[in-house]
Amino acid sequence: MIKILKYSFFDLIRSRWTYGYFLICLIISFGLLYFSRDLSKGIISMMNVILALNPLIATVFGSLYLYNSREFAELLLALPVKRSAIFAGKYLGLSLSLAAGYILGTGIPFILSGIAATDQAANFIMLTVAAIFLLFIFTGISFLVSIRYENSVRGFGVSIFIWLALAFLYDGIFLLALLMFEQYPLEKFALIATVFNPIDLSRVLIMLKLDISALMGYTGAVFNKFLGTGLGTTVSLGSLVLWVAVPLLFFIRQVKRKDF
Amino acid sequence: MIAVKNLTKSFGRNEVLKGISLQIRDGVITAVLGPNASGKTTLIKSLLGMVIPQNGTIELNGADIRNNWKYRQQIGYLPQIARFPENLKVKELVRMISDIRNSEGNLLPLADIFELHGVMNKPLRHLSGGTRQKVNIALAFMFDTPVYILDEPTAGLDPLALIRFKELLNKKKNEGKTILLTTHIVGLVDEIADDIVFLLEGNIFFSGALELLRQMHNGQSLELSIAGILEGNHD
Repeated sequence: MIKILKYSFFDLIRSRWTYGYFLICLIISFGLLYFSRDLSKGIISMMNVILALNPLIATVFGSLYLYNSREFAELLLALPVKRSAIFAGKYLGLSLSLAAGYILGTGIPFILSGIAATDQAANFIMLTVAAIFLLFIFTGISFLVSIRYENSVRGFGVSIFIWLALAFLYDGIFLLALLMFEQYPLEKFALIATVFNPIDLSRVLIMLKLDISALMGYTGAVFNKFLGTGLGTTVSLGSLVLWVAVPLLFFIRQVKRKDF
Repeated sequence: MIAVKNLTKSFGRNEVLKGISLQIRDGVITAVLGPNASGKTTLIKSLLGMVIPQNGTIELNGADIRNNWKYRQQIGYLPQIARFPENLKVKELVRMISDIRNSEGNLLPLADIFELHGVMNKPLRHLSGGTRQKVNIALAFMFDTPVYILDEPTAGLDPLALIRFKELLNKKKNEGKTILLTTHIVGLVDEIADDIVFLLEGNIFFSGALELLRQMHNGQSLELSIAGILEGNHD
């Protein structure tokens, strides 16, 4: 697996996609830092961009990469390597190269702005952790969808729909439900509903770290109230790990059964 | 020896292999023939573990290949469409396959035969279809494996490369290698194959020595013999 990982990683970090993503991160970071002139505001603006952008990037790249490398996978499958190792290697190769693009793209501007010496450093690290979680999670989801659908257009469509649903529709429906049932105690519902959306989870994770109650939103406040910052962070981190692991396990199961 | 017993495979409702059994002799060239969609590629992919059959067994030298990946160390494979990671250079691809196989391989004579020295430093996306196929052939033959499985190996080759490819096949055969290939080109089979497996709609129509097929059809050319099989099937 390590060998497959190594080669997909080196293939990908030289591709235009990864450079493009790196440049996008770089431009956004410099732009936000320039306009907000304040590190903590910069981090919050960055979070709002990243919560939508990273899942989208991972979804698009994950789909395209898996469909594009189908013929090449055939060549690898005929070699004396385990099936699961080939695809686990591809998954890690893509997620790690995206993570590298992200870390460099946001790290360079924030470090140049002197964040290391300020109290915002830990917040920035938490933002980075959440952002990388999102890359891994959505790469896994799009890989799972792409391996299930032979037809690449349909597979791509389903992946994009999942992104759209989790990034936007979910919050809308969630808010609507809160409004409709406002007479009822909804904290537990809100708590559970958040756990089922990795994007909300990442937002809560960052918000708990930033500890700005005005910005926490309803779910952040619920997490804070019911679980406290420590336990809240643990629960959201644990749920994010599950969000990485579960799609990946299903993906590997599909890989083992599939005909190529 | 490769022994296939009662192999069945369907994709959804489409039954591609309908319980086929055959044996592939060591040290000879066996050609798998058949019209489009007769199950050639599915058979080959089953041998490589890329397609998982519903029923039946496949044995390589007496060992079942199911849930086993190490047996592929004994097989060199040439896939039908040569599409590679676009950003890799030929040299890097060769190094990668050697690395994954844990074997140095011997590319030099193949690079000489197919005149690949000039393209070693080029990214794969800049190569023409024929050159990609030459790279594909070189990758399949650069490792010293007892079995070679080739899916449509001559696609896109120019006449000179085709002649050299046939020489290469004969050389490998003389070294005692087992070669299994699929093709649509009857002339090629006539020239190089010892055994034939003729697939038709997921069944084996003929399996055995080329000579035997000729005798059955009164010494007609292979092309006519095959036409005879196909016509007989339509009656």
